[in-house]
Amino acid sequence: MLSASDVIYVLEKMGTVIAENKEYLTELDSAIGDADHGINMTKGFDAVKSKLEDIKQKNIDNIGEILKITGMTLVSTVGGAAGPLYGTAFMKAALAVMGKTEVDIRDFQNIMEGALAGVKMRGKAEISDKTMVDALEPAVNILRESKDKELNEIELLNNVRLAALQGMEYTKGIQARKGRASYLGARSIGHQDPGATSSYLLLNTIYQTVEEIKGKDINGG
Amino acid sequence: MVGLVVVSHSPKIVEGIKDLALQMIPEEIPLALSGGTSDGRLGTDFQRILTAINQVYSEDGVLILYDLGSALMSAEMAKESLPPEKQQNISILKVPIVEGAVTAAVEISLGKDMNSIINAFKEAGLEKSF
Repeated sequence: MLSASDVIYVLEKMGTVIAENKEYLTELDSAIGDADHGINMTKGFDAVKSKLEDIKQKNIDNIGEILKITGMTLVSTVGGAAGPLYGTAFMKAALAVMGKTEVDIRDFQNIMEGALAGVKMRGKAEISDKTMVDALEPAVNILRESKDKELNEIELLNNVRLAALQGMEYTKGIQARKGRASYLGARSIGHQDPGATSSYLLLNTIYQTVEEIKGKDINGG
Repeated sequence: MVGLVVVSHSPKIVEGIKDLALQMIPEEIPLALSGGTSDGRLGTDFQRILTAINQVYSEDGVLILYDLGSALMSAEMAKESLPPEKQQNISILKVPIVEGAVTAAVEISLGKDMNSIINAFKEAGLEKSF
C-alpha cells in the first residue's frame, strides 16, 4: 500500500529523474525529433513540483485528485507532444483511483491501464509505431499477466520497469510511424525513441522509489 | 459568423497566415491565433488554444486548423474541456493550414456556415480526411 504522501514522493522523484536526464532526452530527440523533449519534460515536471507543494499545504490526500492536478499541469506547461500525451495519461490514471487515499498494486494496474488507454486515445499510436506506447504497453501487459502469479509488489514493479526497458530498446530498430520522427521515414531506424525513454524512466522511478519507501517500512524508519 | 482559430507551433507561422488571409477579405472576421507556447517556445499550448476558441466562439461554430501532431492533440484537449453544447459546434479539420485558412477566411467573410466551408475545402481539393 502507498499513501497519498508516498505518491507525492514518487511524483517528486519523477521530476528529479527527468531533470537529471534533461540533456539525454533532448539528445535523443535531436536525432529524430525537434530536440526539445528533455527541456519540455523538465519544464512540465518543475511545474508539477510546485503544484505538489500546494497539494501538501492543502493536505490533499485524494490520490486521484493528485494525479489529475499533475496531468493538468503537464498539459499546460510541457509544450511539445508529451504535454497532451502525459497529461492525458495522468488524467485518465486519476479516474482509476479517484477518492482513494491509499493505492495497492491492483490500483497501480488500473492506473497504468488508464494511462495507456489515454496515451493511445490521444496519440492514436499502437505498438511498434516507435512511441511511448512501446514502453508502456509491455509494462501494462506484465501487470495483467501477474494476477495469478505470487510475486511481491517490488518484484512485480521490477518486472514492469524491465518490460518498459525492453520496449524502449526495441524502438531503436524500428521505423517511426507517429510523431515528428515519422517525417524521417527509414532514417528514424537506429535511434531510440525519446518518448519511450521518458516512459521507461518514469516507470523505473516508480520501482526505485517504492522499493526505497518499502525498505524504510521494513527497517522501521 | 463562423470563428476561425489557427494553431501552429510557431507564432511566426500564425502571424504570416493571418496576413495572407486578411489580404483576401474586405473586412475583419472572428479570427484568433495560437502560435507557440505562452513562454515563447515553439510548441502548442492547450490554454492558449482554449482562450483563442473562446475569443471567437458563437453558435455558428468555430473551425480550428492546425499544423503538426501536438497541435492536433492540444486542440482536441481544448475542445474536450468545453461543455458538450459548445463542443458540438467546434470542428478541427485536417487541411493544409495556409490554403485552409485562406479558403476559410474567404468563406467566413461571405457569411457561409460551417458545412459550406467544409464543402469549399472539398471543392478546392484540400481535405485530407474529415
